[in-house]
Amino acid sequence: MGGYVEGIIAILCINLIFAYGVFLTAASGQLNLGGAGFQAIGAYVAGVCSNSLGFPIFFSVLGGVLGAGLIGFLISFPVLRTRGVYMVLATFAFALVVSGIILNTDFLGGATGMVVAAYTPVEVLIWVTLLTILLVFWLMASRIGLVMRAVHDDDVVSEIMGVNVRGVQVFAFTLGGALAGLSGALYAHHYSFIEAQYFSALLSIFVLLFVLIGGTQTAWGPLFGASFFTLVPEVLRLGDTEWRYVIFGILIVLMMIFRPEGIITRTLVHRVIMVFSRSGGH
Amino acid sequence: MNDPILQISNVSKSFGGLKVLEDVSFNLTPGQRFGLIGPNGAGKTTVFNILSGIYAVDHGSVVLAGKDITNLPIRERIGLGLSRSFQNIRLMPHLSVIENVLMGQHCQSSQITEMLKPINWMKGNKWKQRAMETLENAGLKVDPGSTVGELPYGVRKKIEVVRALMSKPSVLMLDEPAAGLNARETSELADFLHEISTRNVTLLLVEHDMNFIHALCERVAVLNFGSKIFEGTPKEVNRDKAVLEAYLGTSTLEGSDAA
Repeated sequence: MGGYVEGIIAILCINLIFAYGVFLTAASGQLNLGGAGFQAIGAYVAGVCSNSLGFPIFFSVLGGVLGAGLIGFLISFPVLRTRGVYMVLATFAFALVVSGIILNTDFLGGATGMVVAAYTPVEVLIWVTLLTILLVFWLMASRIGLVMRAVHDDDVVSEIMGVNVRGVQVFAFTLGGALAGLSGALYAHHYSFIEAQYFSALLSIFVLLFVLIGGTQTAWGPLFGASFFTLVPEVLRLGDTEWRYVIFGILIVLMMIFRPEGIITRTLVHRVIMVFSRSGGH
Repeated sequence: MNDPILQISNVSKSFGGLKVLEDVSFNLTPGQRFGLIGPNGAGKTTVFNILSGIYAVDHGSVVLAGKDITNLPIRERIGLGLSRSFQNIRLMPHLSVIENVLMGQHCQSSQITEMLKPINWMKGNKWKQRAMETLENAGLKVDPGSTVGELPYGVRKKIEVVRALMSKPSVLMLDEPAAGLNARETSELADFLHEISTRNVTLLLVEHDMNFIHALCERVAVLNFGSKIFEGTPKEVNRDKAVLEAYLGTSTLEGSDAA
């Protein structure tokens, strides 16, 4: 595998896991604009486990996952008191606070960043990504996924149906935080260097765009969204490099105009399945 | 046997300075078909919202099968046998028909092992099978995988009733189930609800269509400006002057073919 292709695959894997983290909260009706905060927690906890505590990579990554999941669990209680745009702002502020703490903590390297000595090859990233995709597809095919989507559509009716709405939202925030943390922990161990500036507000916006443009109704959404955002700018590099971001921007605007609920919707998936089952029957 | 299944006693509710319900009481006996009627703004839907726990009462109590549920959390009520539909259809728009119906039986199985089964990948899942059977028994000939947002109004209305039935309720509250349906659909719905009530399901209906009420209900309570002004049989309603004035806007049955 060439270095360029390997680099793209690595960032695609990290973006996919990260997108699934934000997707889980979006699928249950909450917009998380603090994705980069959770990813940073995962990266730094894993980095500290690896560097200072001398944990093997597996346990360091697990530490990052658990750390980000725990923060997701704790932060969900104040955040879930808000709704709509206020929730977006609350999660956004959370990511800024995380970034601020890292920048002001010498132990974490402050603004100069942290070198993570242990290295995870791209093959591991690929396997972990495949497992994550399988986990989320399975979750969304189960009644847990059904309940999450029901809460997304109508929380009051879900509650009347006997659903513990708050419990579902906390679960989504916790698991979403853990997955974002997983992406951060892998990032730290693959690139061997992390700095607060990377986990910026722009990164939180990008990952939310992956999810919203891909679609929040099915687990196919983030798969498409993250792949599109990661791969299309690279494909456009083959043509006119000066205009590639203009073309990319126009594509995004067109997608938002023609597919406001995301590119991959339930209806689309159902239609595709029907077409395949019909052609399979002949 | 005639102990009430649902007792609403002296219920009052205000929103700020506006009294929406004042001292409203009525009882439902098991298997009864009970109509709640009244002009717009009389407080009928507020009664439903109080019964399902969306609104807390200011005064009074609600007792279901001998258990005081006045202050019970919303999500615990369905497990005790209280289920409802909504005036404006509130199906989950992005869920498919079968998924909406599946949501109706959530209260019967929320163990984690059941919740984790990937039902969309399994053919013989018992919950999914039961939902499919109930859909078929209700005479709904729709693609169970289609998203409900794409379906006609009458079909969605019926899916909502089916969803409410999935929890095996002892009391089923339907808020204007016949609104927006044509004559044939209304008649089919009345037959369907009649059949449901023979399975010892108590029906509490809010409805404006008096013919529907007459065809289906054994007993009727009339609300006006948040107070109960009458309770009796549908035939007695026709003869009550106060009801005719409040609800029909006239003290005679002029133009009404209700019987």
